Amino acid sequence: MILELQNIRLSLEPFDLLLNTSVEGDVIAIYGPSGSGKTSLLDLIAGLRRPASATIRMNGMLWTDVGNAKQRVEMPPSRRCLGYVPQDLCLFPHLSVFKNLSYGYKRHGDDLITLEHVTETLEISTLLGRGISDLSGGEKQRVALARALLTHPRLLLLDEPLASLDPSLKSKSLELLKRVQTEFQLPMLYVTHEAGEILDLCDQVLIFERGQCVRQGTPALTLS
Amino acid sequence: MNFGDEMQIIGFTLWVAVLSTLLILPPGLALAWILARKNWRGKSLVETFITLPLVLPPVATGLILLKLFGRKGPIGSMVHDGWGMDIAFTWRAVVIAASVMSFPLLVRSARPAFEEVNPRLEQIASTLGAGRIRVFFTITVLLAKRGILAGTLLAFARAVGEFGATILVAGNIPRKTSTLSLAIYQCFQLGHDSTVWRLLLISLLIALGAVWCSEWLLSKPLSSR
Repeated sequence: MILELQNIRLSLEPFDLLLNTSVEGDVIAIYGPSGSGKTSLLDLIAGLRRPASATIRMNGMLWTDVGNAKQRVEMPPSRRCLGYVPQDLCLFPHLSVFKNLSYGYKRHGDDLITLEHVTETLEISTLLGRGISDLSGGEKQRVALARALLTHPRLLLLDEPLASLDPSLKSKSLELLKRVQTEFQLPMLYVTHEAGEILDLCDQVLIFERGQCVRQGTPALTLS
Repeated sequence: MNFGDEMQIIGFTLWVAVLSTLLILPPGLALAWILARKNWRGKSLVETFITLPLVLPPVATGLILLKLFGRKGPIGSMVHDGWGMDIAFTWRAVVIAASVMSFPLLVRSARPAFEEVNPRLEQIASTLGAGRIRVFFTITVLLAKRGILAGTLLAFARAVGEFGATILVAGNIPRKTSTLSLAIYQCFQLGHDSTVWRLLLISLLIALGAVWCSEWLLSKPLSSR
């Protein structure tokens, strides 16, 4: 994927998110300390925040163009074909696992992303009848990932998906993410503040500090 | 007052309460959601205006409604000239009085319920391809259903018991605008004790039924399978 993030200016407290870059890769990491603007950038890409100015293109398709005198384009989040797994997962507590997964499920003819295949890959087939409050942390995380995958996203946004997991579950989930990437061939934007996860999973990284991208490149070179 | 009259009064009162509750639901929920989610200059004025029927003496609210909906009032005359229809001292006035008096109760119960819904859930639902209306009905309303339900039942109960505003704007015309509360008052004044007790018992049963329904619905768990 090619993600263009031009003239980005978004007011955050106590600094502004400022960005002018273009990045190409299958799994792109956004790396930086807590409060550096990583989640705000994901929200901006998803269309959940209104910037002072921004031009966002995904594989050439214009998603946002704000702050330009000639036009104002803000494609609604529902039309961006995204899969977003936020840090707090945001599973719908009043719906069962099956209903959570069905919420954004788009059936395509002979597609690889089917409810059966995704739930099998993520090992949640047996959880479909359960309520969200009955799930463990790891199960919730896999359900949130499955829900995002089932929308047939053009881009998967993952906001520190492993942050709340214990170390053993973390390495297992990282393997799972790699399997998902290989199996479904989906471009991912992966927010984290763990360098190890990036080296394992990502092919490009943007390093954030106080709302600005201070370095960009391959993980091996950039993180060293 | 014979058995037929009593049945007519009970049926009319329930019909008015149901109709007024249904009428205030769409604007009440919309307003409660706007007050919970949006900020604008003059918001506190709107909040004050909505609360007015709760703090004003019901008779004063009734008088305002009579001035507005009477044949010489701005709305009443417009409706009379346009459609040849009267509002004051008809069943329409009973419905309007019940709606106005119960509207604040619905809004004041639904608003905190909407405020408690995590807006992040609505945002994530929109990234899953859901438009605003689908998000509102499948996420916001379902998560706020307890407050909405409590407000709806309160509004219904208020409409059943409405007296002060109704007697001014609709009067107490037998088989036309007479409701349970008005009939109890009239029978009490005339010394028809047995009828008073019967109507009182029916009022009590309706109130108990509404509260029981609300408790039963609220006790059901949020999560569905």
